[in-house]
Amino acid sequence: MSAHADTHAHDDHGHHHHKETFVTKYIFSQDHKMIAKQYLITGTIMGVIGVLMSIMFRMQIAWPEQPNVLFEALLGKWAPEGVMDADIYLALVTIHGTIMVFFVLTAGLSGTFSNLLIPLQIGARDMASGFLNMVSYWLFFLSSVIMVISLFVEAGPAAAGWTIYPPLSALPMAQGGSGAGMTLWLVSMAIFIASSLLGSLNYIVTVINLRTKGMSMTRLPLTIWAFFVTAIIGVVSFPVLLSAALLLIMDRSFGTSFFLSDIFIQGEVLHYQGGSPVLFEHLFWFLGHPEVYIVILPAMGLVSEIMASNSRKPIFGYRAMIMSILAIAFLSTIVWGHHMFISGMNPFLGSVFTFTTLLIAIPSAVKAFNWITTIWKGNLQMNPAMLFSIGFVSTFITGGLTGIILGDSALDINVHDTYFVVAHFHLVMGISALYGMFAGIYHWFPKMFGRMLNKNLGYLHFWVTAICAYGVFFPMHFIGMAGLPRRYYTNSNFPLFDDTANANVVITLFAIVGGIFQLVYLWNFFYSIFYGKRTVQNPWKSTTLEWTAPVEHFHGNWEGEIPHVYRWAYDYSKPGHDVDFVPQNVPLKDGEEELQH
Amino acid sequence: MTAFLTLIIVLFIAVAIWQMVKIFDLAQVGSSNSQVATDKDNKLNGYLMMGFLAFIYIITILSFWYLGDLPLMSNSASEHGPGLDNLMIISMVIIFIVQTFTQFLLHYFAYKYRGEKGKQALFYADNNTLEAIWTFIPVIVLAGLIIYGLFTWTSIMNVDESKDPLVVELYAQQFNWKARYGGEDNTLGMANVRLIDIDRANILGLDESDPNAQDDVITTELHLPVGRPVLFKMRSQDVLHSAYMPHFRAQMNCVPGMITQFGFTPTVTTAEMRQNPDIIDKVANINAIRLENKEEIEAKGQELTYEFDYLLLCNKICGKSHYNMQMKIIVETQEEYDAWMAEQKTFKNSLVK
Repeated sequence: MSAHADTHAHDDHGHHHHKETFVTKYIFSQDHKMIAKQYLITGTIMGVIGVLMSIMFRMQIAWPEQPNVLFEALLGKWAPEGVMDADIYLALVTIHGTIMVFFVLTAGLSGTFSNLLIPLQIGARDMASGFLNMVSYWLFFLSSVIMVISLFVEAGPAAAGWTIYPPLSALPMAQGGSGAGMTLWLVSMAIFIASSLLGSLNYIVTVINLRTKGMSMTRLPLTIWAFFVTAIIGVVSFPVLLSAALLLIMDRSFGTSFFLSDIFIQGEVLHYQGGSPVLFEHLFWFLGHPEVYIVILPAMGLVSEIMASNSRKPIFGYRAMIMSILAIAFLSTIVWGHHMFISGMNPFLGSVFTFTTLLIAIPSAVKAFNWITTIWKGNLQMNPAMLFSIGFVSTFITGGLTGIILGDSALDINVHDTYFVVAHFHLVMGISALYGMFAGIYHWFPKMFGRMLNKNLGYLHFWVTAICAYGVFFPMHFIGMAGLPRRYYTNSNFPLFDDTANANVVITLFAIVGGIFQLVYLWNFFYSIFYGKRTVQNPWKSTTLEWTAPVEHFHGNWEGEIPHVYRWAYDYSKPGHDVDFVPQNVPLKDGEEELQH
Repeated sequence: MTAFLTLIIVLFIAVAIWQMVKIFDLAQVGSSNSQVATDKDNKLNGYLMMGFLAFIYIITILSFWYLGDLPLMSNSASEHGPGLDNLMIISMVIIFIVQTFTQFLLHYFAYKYRGEKGKQALFYADNNTLEAIWTFIPVIVLAGLIIYGLFTWTSIMNVDESKDPLVVELYAQQFNWKARYGGEDNTLGMANVRLIDIDRANILGLDESDPNAQDDVITTELHLPVGRPVLFKMRSQDVLHSAYMPHFRAQMNCVPGMITQFGFTPTVTTAEMRQNPDIIDKVANINAIRLENKEEIEAKGQELTYEFDYLLLCNKICGKSHYNMQMKIIVETQEEYDAWMAEQKTFKNSLVK
């Protein structure tokens, strides 16, 4: 925690005037700001694909086996006469999950904002390794391309659920999508993991080594703390998924039996002997659960920063916020078994995982109350980013609370794999993380593109999205508690569930409207990149270092010396100052004390 | 027709957005709008925050009103069911209170402290007492829930073999279920998928030389005598499946290569459950809905009138027809069960010689 963290950071190489070509500036760029934009735009494109898929399968759930022009246009042979095929339904569900969790909310969210903000907020000219950073993005791009290509495979894309449990994912005869589609899925994910690891290592090294003078760990904005801890979780858990993917590739292609045993399918006995699908579940969820924190922690960091800035108040309980991030990160690695209470693992393990899982509610509650206290007696500037941040806290609470039910092994028996689960995780990590991402985009768009997003379109976007998100996922808890299993192509074979059919139609209508209104955002985003109003250097009057850098981008971030830091990141409305924010690079006044946080 | 209507709605919304975009666009032209929230924006969005709070409460009430006959919280049909439902209800009440309270604080503060020019925010960075309060209250509440939950879990998962439970194998395959009873000796014969011999109708791969297997009974309906503990042994021959019996608050995955288990005691016969007032209401409601969709249902060749039955559903994605992998469960008196069992063929007699 030394106050003079790094000497390299304030060397005087601000002027980078060597010529850049189109290719080095926009394509193979090593500038963290350009890479952040590349992540964002790739993530956005993947997000459009993912959301479109969800709207299609929601239509199938609401109006099962009915011809639909949209299906006919987009699904081709998978929708003969416009009726969605059961195989492609499962594929859509699978790829929607994969794309949203990994490509949008991991790479699109963490990739964008870690890259943009880490160097700018800690006061560094770039990432520790610009080259690795570039490689990281291009690996992500490659994995995205492979994932999209997999949609066009003859026998269909991967369709075993985003959790790809073997044997379903291992045996092409179990399901069309488990052939070439699954191979491409695994290859894509292996490359994605490599990309994620390179990125994470870079973030960790940068935060540890390149902080500017005075930027001690306890002066870091919470964004950086969140990105830093997220990167550590990623480095700890992603390799485990890589190993699971590699072992699955071995089982699929080289005849090993890591996850398979005693299988009789389509009239023949397979040679596999001695493996266990439960082993795969352990390996998968050892990443899979930390993954939801990889998704949500950066969003938490962004929201903390935006809430403080727009409340014109310090974040409440800075130290408690850091402690809770660390607690959540630690707990996240020892709770994976709560996805497996009824997988056939020893029930005693279920008890242990119930205990560790419910503990996560404690740091989560601390964070939620700290956010609420942050806006208490503030002077709230209702910018679109602020609205999305408040929306984030709202959905995080609503979605998080039902975790108390799902994390309880006894109660999980009954709602496991029903729509109750779908409602829970979409609110708590899907919608919440998406809100965090939107909040970040609205807030840092001026930093990224030098122009402002249109605020009125932002308001429209937020309010419609907020209503639709609750409209989709709130009633979904109830059809889950009616016992309706997820991933059913149609519920019409179960008269038992007929009374949930109307609710499903309502949910789908909300989903369609919510999906369409994302066009408002897309239009705003792409229009404003080119024609938005030009921004001033510090439009939100924030304290953090990125707003001390000029609006124009150049490699190196600051002309001249990198600013030094003299205070924490949250001196908003501090008594004794004329303005309601004191940037971190402003020295303490005579007699002014830095808050003991 | 539905698709057509959908498309029209989609088109209308698209046009509406296009128009709104144009209006917003025009409104911005020539104004010195900095795109940073003004007092007017703060005020409007502050009020909308209160509106949104109302929306959350209303959607909660509507959901309970229209979808609140939660079958998974009442009318369980197993011995451990009421205990589990109790825990569920306690958890739901806690969630409901916390949700109502915190959403109120969040949205009310957003409304109350909306920004105004010249207003000063309170510089308030830390308070250890407050942090302690909202650390320890969750700790206490969660400690209670964890302890209650773990007792419930342990009592459900520990099968008391001394009570002589009826042993039944649930056998899963793409995309149907079979049940296997131990027969007179209540002991399941050895089995492995490598012994499956379709030609001889040994479909579950029983060891034909095992004496325990000879009197095993394989069925496509699951009959259970009321009041007797049942111990299910689950197997799968191909991919993961999950045996989900929601009315009995029971679920366990079926894993190829291993035998999993779950035990419970059914307490209400199918006939009794059909007489339960809640179930009568639910069935009447479902039948009214089915009558509205008469044509579609008959076109599919389904029976129009729904009659209540317990069900075993597959609840782990298992392939194309996952959505239609079910087995009827009938809970009946011991006499009815014995009579039904007497009609079934034993394994030995069902083999093709």
